[in-house]
Amino acid sequence: MKTVIPIGPYHPLQEEPEFFSLTLDGETVVDLDVRLGYNHRGIEKLAETKTWDQDTFLIERICGICSTSHPIAYCNAVEDCAGIEIPERAKYIRSIIGELERLHSHLLWLGLAGHFLGYNTLFMWAWKWREPILDLFEQITGNRNHYAMLKIGGARRDIDNEHIPAIRKCLNDLVGPLEMVTKAALDDPVLHARLKGVGVLKKEDAIKYCVVGPTARASGVAIDVRKDEPHAAYGIVKWNVITQEEGDVFAKAVVRLLEMFESVKIIQQCVDGLEKTKGAPFCAEVENIPPGEGIGHYEAPRGETFHYVRSDGTNRPVRHKIRAPTYVNLPSFKASCIGQTISDVAITLASIDPCYCCTERVAIVDRGTGRKEHISQEKLIHLSQEKTKKLGLNPDRIGRKIERWIAR
Amino acid sequence: MEDIIKKIKEGLGKKIKNWEEKNPRRIYITIDKEDIREVARFIFEDCRARFIILTGIDTPHGFENLYHFDLDSMGIVVTVKTLIPKSAPEIDSIATIIPGANFIEREVCELLGVKFAGHPDPRPLLLPDDWPEGVYPLRTDIATDGTPKNK
Repeated sequence: MKTVIPIGPYHPLQEEPEFFSLTLDGETVVDLDVRLGYNHRGIEKLAETKTWDQDTFLIERICGICSTSHPIAYCNAVEDCAGIEIPERAKYIRSIIGELERLHSHLLWLGLAGHFLGYNTLFMWAWKWREPILDLFEQITGNRNHYAMLKIGGARRDIDNEHIPAIRKCLNDLVGPLEMVTKAALDDPVLHARLKGVGVLKKEDAIKYCVVGPTARASGVAIDVRKDEPHAAYGIVKWNVITQEEGDVFAKAVVRLLEMFESVKIIQQCVDGLEKTKGAPFCAEVENIPPGEGIGHYEAPRGETFHYVRSDGTNRPVRHKIRAPTYVNLPSFKASCIGQTISDVAITLASIDPCYCCTERVAIVDRGTGRKEHISQEKLIHLSQEKTKKLGLNPDRIGRKIERWIAR
Repeated sequence: MEDIIKKIKEGLGKKIKNWEEKNPRRIYITIDKEDIREVARFIFEDCRARFIILTGIDTPHGFENLYHFDLDSMGIVVTVKTLIPKSAPEIDSIATIIPGANFIEREVCELLGVKFAGHPDPRPLLLPDDWPEGVYPLRTDIATDGTPKNK
């Protein structure tokens, strides 16, 4: 008998409501449909009514987690349109803010993924490690989110060189926990059992669905805007693109874990750059934006963010197109979720890090009788956590590893 | 870089109505709207470009559809431009060739009112169920609150 399970659309904890309708045969997912738009704010239309500079602030509010990725892509687009070259110091500033954001975003995902699997200690610790990064943001930009550091032509504000010791200390303090949790996760039998071979997105499907970011890189598609089209400081500093071949949830976790080390490497080199360019200009003079069109993109934590702008020579864009990474990653669920069991769906949907799906309530509709049953989000996560327990292993092995590491 | 430009120019031949290299990383190709399926297939399959997104624009001359493709390994964004007359806003769908274009064609259809012939799943995507029919919010004659602008 087939059962249809609607998931969503609202969840109070998540910023992006989405609605999934899963068709089940027994416990196996046989079809999936996604509905979007519950939080469509018409930002593209709104951007046409604001000036080029005001749009930088508007664009920043598209997302709270990758709040600097959109302004970087937008500024790239406008600078592409007007042919503006930004000063070297601005390049370092952009990369530092962008990579700090990647660190806190990946740690947020790591915590959530742990929670969905019943590793609540991992959830607590990953979010604890994330806090100093947000504190650092507050110290160097004045805000924990929405840093308003981007401006067409460079950076809106300088990073004070007095803050460099704090940045270095924050990174040094983070590397230890990151190494520990990476090792703990990579050889953990429970994580292997729950994540390997789950939610596989094959390479040909990744190409077909045009997915981006860690979702693509975990399926062996080595694309990264930072490498393919070096902008900001990404062409100046040394770092590597992380890829995995398997395409399962485990591979996506590995990509994100290893990427954090690359981010640390990038920030360290950019901080050296800040020391070299002390007192140098950090923003180019921009008089006006000539008529024409521009394309800019940036590798946000979840994948490529794309912006297109068209100018008619006035002080505001005539068209501003925005594409966030989740928009192309979401449809790939058709390839990765079908054939999975319902208890693996929570982590598979979470694996693309979709500013996560909104499992506020789940209604099970029995097709035979039309009977509806509402289950809470807790129930769905509980199903996933129960599966971990059924493996007969202690679901908080990582927790104990962390405790041992702390006690050391 | 030279190779891929040569390949695209030869592969598309007379379908190219205008070729513009704004800078070494940005290529804009203008084509007739009737050729979109063939051009999209060539760039996506033969040139192995990734489809980024489709931008629909309401201009005084008609609706412009810009199909953005990324040649990732070379860092080049190729944009295919088509012009669709306002009297018959319809173009062939490329979603059957590129599944990644499924969502955006649905979006452009409901926000700009351009129809995509042969789309496998032409349901609305973003707007609420009670949105009035025939009101396309991204058109220039519609204000930000969704009502027609005073002429």
